[in-house]
Amino acid sequence: MTLTTDHSRAVADGAHTHGVGGKPQGSRAERRTSFSLEDIPVPNGREEEWRFSPADRLQPLFQAELGTSGVTVQVTAAPEVKVETVARDDARLGTAGRPGDRTAVTAWNAFEQATIVTIPKEAVTSEVTSVRLEGVSQDATAAHVLVRAEQHSESVVLIDHAGSGLLSETVEIVVEDGAHLTVVSVQDWADGAVHASSHRARLGRDAKLKHVVVTFGGDVVRITPDAEFTATGGEVEMVGLYFADTDQHQEHRLFVDHAVPDCKSRVTYKGALQGSGAHTVWVGDVLIRANAENTDTYELNRNLVLSDGARADSVPNLEIETGEIAGAGHASATGRFDDEQLFYLQARGIPEVEARRLVVRGFFAELIHEIGVPSVEERLLASIEAELEKSMSVITGAPAA
Amino acid sequence: MPTLEIRDLHVSVETKEGPKPILRGVDLTIASGETHAIMGPNGSGKSTLASALAGHPKYTVTSGTATLDGEDLLEMTVDQRARAGLFLAMQYPVEVSGVSVANFLRTAKTAISGEAPKLRTWGKEVKGAMENLRMDPAFAERSVNEGFSGGEKKRHEILQMELFKPRFAILDETDSGLDVDALRIVSEGVNRAKEQTDIGILLITHYTRILRYIKPDFVHVFVDGKIAEEGGRELADRLEEEGYDKYLGANKTVSA
Repeated sequence: MTLTTDHSRAVADGAHTHGVGGKPQGSRAERRTSFSLEDIPVPNGREEEWRFSPADRLQPLFQAELGTSGVTVQVTAAPEVKVETVARDDARLGTAGRPGDRTAVTAWNAFEQATIVTIPKEAVTSEVTSVRLEGVSQDATAAHVLVRAEQHSESVVLIDHAGSGLLSETVEIVVEDGAHLTVVSVQDWADGAVHASSHRARLGRDAKLKHVVVTFGGDVVRITPDAEFTATGGEVEMVGLYFADTDQHQEHRLFVDHAVPDCKSRVTYKGALQGSGAHTVWVGDVLIRANAENTDTYELNRNLVLSDGARADSVPNLEIETGEIAGAGHASATGRFDDEQLFYLQARGIPEVEARRLVVRGFFAELIHEIGVPSVEERLLASIEAELEKSMSVITGAPAA
Repeated sequence: MPTLEIRDLHVSVETKEGPKPILRGVDLTIASGETHAIMGPNGSGKSTLASALAGHPKYTVTSGTATLDGEDLLEMTVDQRARAGLFLAMQYPVEVSGVSVANFLRTAKTAISGEAPKLRTWGKEVKGAMENLRMDPAFAERSVNEGFSGGEKKRHEILQMELFKPRFAILDETDSGLDVDALRIVSEGVNRAKEQTDIGILLITHYTRILRYIKPDFVHVFVDGKIAEEGGRELADRLEEEGYDKYLGANKTVSA
């Protein structure tokens, strides 16, 4: 067994726990989950899972009475894929774990219709299936999407968020035995959007899930992806990219539940921040339960702070209840844009603006290539360029394009 | 003839206790085609001279001038100095994660010459220069300085010097930490640049070892922030025998 921790480069802010052998207070294993609103009351902001969040800006999504008309849903499916709109009593809903916080439970209780995307057994899809949620009003709204990858299917599903709205969302992901599924969730909201989303994934035997989260837009975005292994041989790769500007809050809280032996998880999240009040939060909880022998897990978070007044919180938590594991580790580092890098590049004739571009592109480059969906990669590169234009205008004094 | 001219240069570094003077009146003139070695004990300010000329933000020029071909270097930004023809081979090259050597070289070459290099000839040029420095072609795909050994970093610096063809190059302890093989390869690179262009070189070193491979026209002994003695090649030989003790005796403020 190897247990590694890399703290060599300044960990900015945030607590940091290692629980080897015992259960620290607030163990993920003991966190309450429920479908009932009564069980998970409106938070006061001091709870562990809300302590970094702007509870005041999220208030509309804490309410029990959410509408269903503030966001439209449109699906463009691969020909092999089946798309349905179903009522909330459909038996397939609510099978991938239970809500674990207030917005997750409000989302579950308020939606009226759900979108189910099914990749049939052994189907290998020929193109990306895209589910587009577009905010059309400021009425707080609930939405529910279920992606079902049946046995031995292979596919890519993109869930796209745009426009402006207030959305409390559930994304259920069921990956059956031997299926390979990539889910990409892009938060490309316009200003004013407030979005909370509970992603709950359940993996069967030898199932593989690549879960990608990309967050650029919106005032407040808070995504909580959970992944649970239910049989041996499962593999989950969770990748995230985010870029926060002035006064944006982007929070990603992950939970990987190694409940069974012989599963593997990899988490890699990278974020850049610029502008005053830009705030990102990354919390990565990994729980290796007592019977999850031969688990192999590693999680990494890196943040690049490009200007003053931005704040990155990064909290990896690893709880290990068995010594019989293949490997477990995490690394977290938050660094400022490096003056020495800038000097090195400028000393080679490269102007400051171009030098900053090179460094930020380089920071994200490797991760973007890991996504493996060319259309998403191209879009991401373009979004990063657009974000960089904003920061360049700060440096050069020219207005943003 | 183009010259790099330094007159009565005073430079301070920012510290918590306030600005601390390091260079105390440096006078130096380097003409194209000349190789000058600056030697001196640790802490004498040799590297400060290199960084200050390149425009590192940590250093403040408090008085004096530095001109390249009559143009005021000190008025220029770091990148303008590089485009004016000044190159600094750094003592501690910095990692740039995710930026490949190939991409970096092309970006820098484009910035320096004002236009993108011709794809075909540039590729050959890079490949040839890497071969000369015994660098594996796979090197071009690695991130700049990331995971490079000490010797690889220095070869990469000299590779840039050969490709960017600056008018003046400052080599800041390029020899430090190199084994004999690497030292010879790096020195060959410098000598190639000297043969092929009219480059002026300011070679900063603590040791005389590299001067067996790169022959200086002038040697300057740097002590306590200024030049204490100047001479030809023979001065380096004398330093090798006598060390810096003679200079240190008179300057108690120099720290090791």
